[in-house]
Amino acid sequence: MAFHRMAAIILRQYYLTRSSVSRVLSLFIWVIVDIVLWGFISRYFNTFSSSGLNLVPVLLGAVLLWDFFVRVMQGVTMAFFEDVWSRNFMNFFTTPLEVSEYIGGLVLSSILTSVIGLAVMLALASIAFGLNWFALGFMCMPFLLILFLFGIALGVLGCAIVLRFGPAAECYIWSVPAFIAPFAGVFYPLSTLPQWLQYVAHMLPPSYVFEGMRSVIAGGGGFPAVALATGGALAVIYVYAACWFFTRTYRMAVRSGLIARYSAESLG
Amino acid sequence: MSMKALAVKGLCKKYGETVAVDGVSFDVNPGEIVGLLGPNGAGKTTVINMVLGVLEPSTGTVYIQGVDLAVSRSKALEHANFAAAHVPLPGNLTVFQNLHVLGLLYGVMDLPERIKALLKQFDLEGFRHTKCGVLSSGEQARLCLAKAMLNRPRLLLLDEPTASLDPSIARDIRANIRDLAVQEGAGVLWASHNMHEVQDVCDRVLFLAHGKILLEGDPRSLPAQHGKSSLEELFIAVAREPLSLQKGRA
Repeated sequence: MAFHRMAAIILRQYYLTRSSVSRVLSLFIWVIVDIVLWGFISRYFNTFSSSGLNLVPVLLGAVLLWDFFVRVMQGVTMAFFEDVWSRNFMNFFTTPLEVSEYIGGLVLSSILTSVIGLAVMLALASIAFGLNWFALGFMCMPFLLILFLFGIALGVLGCAIVLRFGPAAECYIWSVPAFIAPFAGVFYPLSTLPQWLQYVAHMLPPSYVFEGMRSVIAGGGGFPAVALATGGALAVIYVYAACWFFTRTYRMAVRSGLIARYSAESLG
Repeated sequence: MSMKALAVKGLCKKYGETVAVDGVSFDVNPGEIVGLLGPNGAGKTTVINMVLGVLEPSTGTVYIQGVDLAVSRSKALEHANFAAAHVPLPGNLTVFQNLHVLGLLYGVMDLPERIKALLKQFDLEGFRHTKCGVLSSGEQARLCLAKAMLNRPRLLLLDEPTASLDPSIARDIRANIRDLAVQEGAGVLWASHNMHEVQDVCDRVLFLAHGKILLEGDPRSLPAQHGKSSLEELFIAVAREPLSLQKGRA
């Protein structure tokens, strides 16, 4: 893998972002909306919470982690959609760029954009709502890492689906986080779900993150190392599977000629 | 003897029962400009896409500068580039940004200097910071050619590169491509429907019909060899009665 070719993908994304106010705003406008909305909801819930548990870290922490995961996924897919929208595959894939370098470039672009989103969220949540996320210190790193890996996996999978089924499939990719959220236990313990849905939830790495986060905030349970290791292992498997699927889809597109004539609004 | 810019052997592309390209073999030598002619649907773009690595052949091999495309795709494509009227650069990036990104992908050394020289060569200096989407079709065509020369390719593939240019600019572009072939020894494969252009520029032409090479030769002498007065007349004959030409060839 050649780093200069991955850097070219990042540079393209930088140029696009720099030249467009809407692209700059999209890096943090929705995370600001979410943090403000859930910050006030958490405060309101605190006013009639009888348990004495501070809901700000529970709810706002969950929103922060979930938004980070969504940002990572969309960081990958947005960079890919830029090529879909500008019909750029012929320009890119007739160069020495390898498919692994292309995926690498998308992932690195996503790291940069999602880190910006995360920084804005952390700053706003701590300044406006007193969320002291840094109190967790390095303990928060495994949570973020698992969500990051799963976000990458879903992002790459989404790209493969759009590559395979055409630009019309894009609308399904935007809704993926919303479909996953109920099973990930973002705002409630997995025990709330019916038993059969809990099996589904245990296939999703974010469920280990949010269960773990609640146990850390509640205290007394210790650091959920085993659960996080399980979630991390699952996330790594999903990343590997998504990259394999994208590569396979790309090869199929080269075999069928789809790369050279990629523009049709096809779902066939 | 120097290495061939392009060596294509037994290239076939089948889509189910449909044969788009059927056992095509040809070479492009360094410094040689080869015209790829044929009616719509003859297989010209399919051949070019297979040489560019964006379409996998059903059978056959493609060697660019002696490198097997199927074995070392990246290494082979480092020596090639292309320009096509139907493949513009992204309209939401400026001229400089597009060339910068693609230059990095090709690993071009002294990239800023190279971009500067190409912008001057193709009279695009005034558009350096203009978004490509607002360029006229002629300016976009010149930009695509500048992009095609970014990595000083040993093999240049052109698919109707002057389709939207006025005669004056088209002549300059032809001169630029000729210079690339003569001075830098690059091989050029040029698909075109402009017979005047082909006769003017190409050293050799390949006539494609139904996915096969039907005729091959010097564009200036080939029409007479087949009882036609011009290359255009020969082209029409290839498009309308390829079988009679094939028999004549046999």
